[in-house]
Amino acid sequence: MTTTTVTPYRSGRTPGRDGFAQLLRAEWTKFRTVRGWLIALAAAAVMAALATVAIAGAGNGTQNPGAGNPGATGPNGEAVTDQFEFAHQPLAGNGSLTVAVTSLTGKVPAPSRGGFPPDLLAAIRPGPQPWTKAGIIIKASLKPGSAYAAVMVTGSHGVRMQDNYTQDIAGQGGSPSAAAPAWLRLTRSGDTVTGYDSADGSHWTRIGTATLTGLPSTAQAGMFAASPSVDLTTQGFASNDGTQLSTLGTGTFTHVARLGDWPASSWSASQVGSNGPAKSAVSCGPQCSRLAPAPNQAGVHVSGGTYTVAGSGDIAPYVPILDPLGLSFKGTLVGLIAVIALAALFITTEFRRGMIRTTFAASPRRGRVLAAKAMVIGTVTFVAGLAGAAVALVLAVHKLSTTGWVTSVFPAWSLLSSHGLQMVVGTAGLFALTAILAVAAGATMRRSAGAIAAVIGVMIVPLILGTLLPMGPAQWLLRLTPAAAFSVQSGTQSYAQVSHACLPYNGCYPLSPWHGFAVLAIWAVAALAGAIFVLRRRDA
Amino acid sequence: MTAGRPDQLTSPVAAAAAPDPPAGAGRMTGPAAAGGAAGTTGAAGIARAGWLTGFGEAAHAEWTKLRTLSGTAWLLAVAVVLTVAGGAVTTAVVKCSTACSADPVKNSLTGVMLGQAAVAVLAVMLLTGEYSSGMIRTTLAAMPRRTAMLAAKASVLTAVVAVTGVVAVLGSLLASQHFAAENGFTAAHGFLPVTLAHGPVVRAAAGSVLYFGLVALLSLGIATAVRESAVAITAVLGLLYVLPIIGGLMLSPHWERRFDRYSPMSAGLAIQATRNLGKLPIGPWEGLGVLACWAAVSLLAGWALLRLRDA
Repeated sequence: MTTTTVTPYRSGRTPGRDGFAQLLRAEWTKFRTVRGWLIALAAAAVMAALATVAIAGAGNGTQNPGAGNPGATGPNGEAVTDQFEFAHQPLAGNGSLTVAVTSLTGKVPAPSRGGFPPDLLAAIRPGPQPWTKAGIIIKASLKPGSAYAAVMVTGSHGVRMQDNYTQDIAGQGGSPSAAAPAWLRLTRSGDTVTGYDSADGSHWTRIGTATLTGLPSTAQAGMFAASPSVDLTTQGFASNDGTQLSTLGTGTFTHVARLGDWPASSWSASQVGSNGPAKSAVSCGPQCSRLAPAPNQAGVHVSGGTYTVAGSGDIAPYVPILDPLGLSFKGTLVGLIAVIALAALFITTEFRRGMIRTTFAASPRRGRVLAAKAMVIGTVTFVAGLAGAAVALVLAVHKLSTTGWVTSVFPAWSLLSSHGLQMVVGTAGLFALTAILAVAAGATMRRSAGAIAAVIGVMIVPLILGTLLPMGPAQWLLRLTPAAAFSVQSGTQSYAQVSHACLPYNGCYPLSPWHGFAVLAIWAVAALAGAIFVLRRRDA
Repeated sequence: MTAGRPDQLTSPVAAAAAPDPPAGAGRMTGPAAAGGAAGTTGAAGIARAGWLTGFGEAAHAEWTKLRTLSGTAWLLAVAVVLTVAGGAVTTAVVKCSTACSADPVKNSLTGVMLGQAAVAVLAVMLLTGEYSSGMIRTTLAAMPRRTAMLAAKASVLTAVVAVTGVVAVLGSLLASQHFAAENGFTAAHGFLPVTLAHGPVVRAAAGSVLYFGLVALLSLGIATAVRESAVAITAVLGLLYVLPIIGGLMLSPHWERRFDRYSPMSAGLAIQATRNLGKLPIGPWEGLGVLACWAAVSLLAGWALLRLRDA
């Protein structure tokens, strides 16, 4: 009897590597070989673009109360607010102006008509508003929107140097007082204006230098005061209300010293921009749009060497209350829910068909499998979102400009401008991160219906509640939930030096675009980590 | 050696269906057949009887299936918790001084907007769950009248959701009473107390229960039509949540009003209003009627496709 040893069969092929690249390739193969998923992906991009264009085309800009143009265009073509009280003289050629600001006060008039909720009125700070400003300015002309450079004291942002509406540099000083005035100086040399501030009038610190292209040789220079309106807005269950209250800022100037060629013998007082079109009211449906009456106490008073300038308004970029481009862009939501369904299915189908056991047998390290899945679905939805959003942006901008919207309300961003890129790439990223959130939910719940409902619940329901709840809770909801990321779709640029009513109903989000995006990223990463944890502990 | 073959997976269907076709009339009425749901309705009876033949047995079978699934109790609990919590939190944050035009009853029922998602998942899973597990073939073998099967599912679902809805709505009103009074929604300011002692409050509460039921039927209809749980739940939640958002984005008041009047959720929730009814885009009962139309159309579409297609 002989015993033979049977050698077990061994394949002659070299074993395949199990690197992450192989996992990615496997997941990509799974994705691309399901025809329905490819169709759903393409449909998501197409629906995103179509819905955006449909919303953009539904309204007419000329009929919308929120579309009011401030009437002034800045030196770079942007819409600006340019309204202030100005004590001025011509300055011929180079020279400088120095003042000491001994006080900045503010006044909020009591609204003459009733109906203002008392706790909203109580929330308005008395005295100067945060961006009430008084200081000195060199301006090309008295025409609203002309080039300027200014140094000023502000209500709560210290000494600032601002020029040409969008530039804003912080200086050293704080709030002025009679005992400790804020000393300000502007020096013109050709097209450049340099701003200084000082605590004592003898030791000066340069704040910044502005280049005002084409500043005429004779410019207007002097002291100014302005105070922006306060927005009073309420929101809550179809009772949105919005009101603007004009405020008054008063600056007191002493030690006014001029150097250079000042041909006039005395100061003139002008209200720059006072004949412009009326301010726009908050757009919030038929039952609002009240404008509080402005107190007409602005003016310039001179007594001895002390100048008092009181004015309302602002010298700043115009931030429209309504954001038609951003609102239209939220139509990409229609594509987003298809992405949520697709991403959830990408993993729940494996559980349903039992494929997950094959997947985990081939690659037992489950965390890496899920990471590969998230990466594949994130990438494909990013590409689809990029294509859909790019088409949506180009078509929506075209549609809005042909339906009567002026570019001051909706800046017609081109695809490759930095803001256009923010909207398009941001939307693509929104798609990708939402897909990762949905994959994580699918891996945790293993059922497509539950996972899809959960993601829609945290991502989309806050958008509904955000327009219904009162302002405070609505804004918290849009800060904390993944819906914060819709802020990347904002169509208007926001500026730190302009505070305005941020009504979710009008398409405004409390967080800045990329901060909101980061909130979604944190949710996606946390959900993925949780899913990996659960996946490793459970049977497949 | 056939036990392991894949086609044996269909054996429960064969087993369940087998007693019927060859059975004689005498056996059908016999006590031996009364034990199983499959044995109670015979071929001869089917040929003569109306479209709802066997409805009682079908409803009993659907109730057994629904009750013994572990997800059912879970989803119903989630629906109640979301509804009550949503209403309580909303009432707690809406103060009369900032939003005195608000409607405390409607606020206390805001959670319905959240709870309906769980109801929709339950309704969708009731049908698509059977398709994904293959159970639908057993169900239809035992109950070949598809109309009766769908009617049984719809009835059992509506009953379960209605009971859940009553619990959720009463819970919401109870949980919100305290906050509403604390936040200034008092008789002194001209507000009705959030109790069932007043007609408009009863309408809002009963209407919210009906709303839950109609959302369940809408979801069931869509699920019957598309048969895929992911597609069905996306379609249902898209209709419920995304349509009102798109309406709110509309840059024309005209279009916004149209969306408010005809989206299933915006229209259906009009039933919760108790104040300023004249300002609503659509009246309470008309709004609920719009939702009922949505539910009817989706059920009809689902029923027609169910009859036309193979399972």
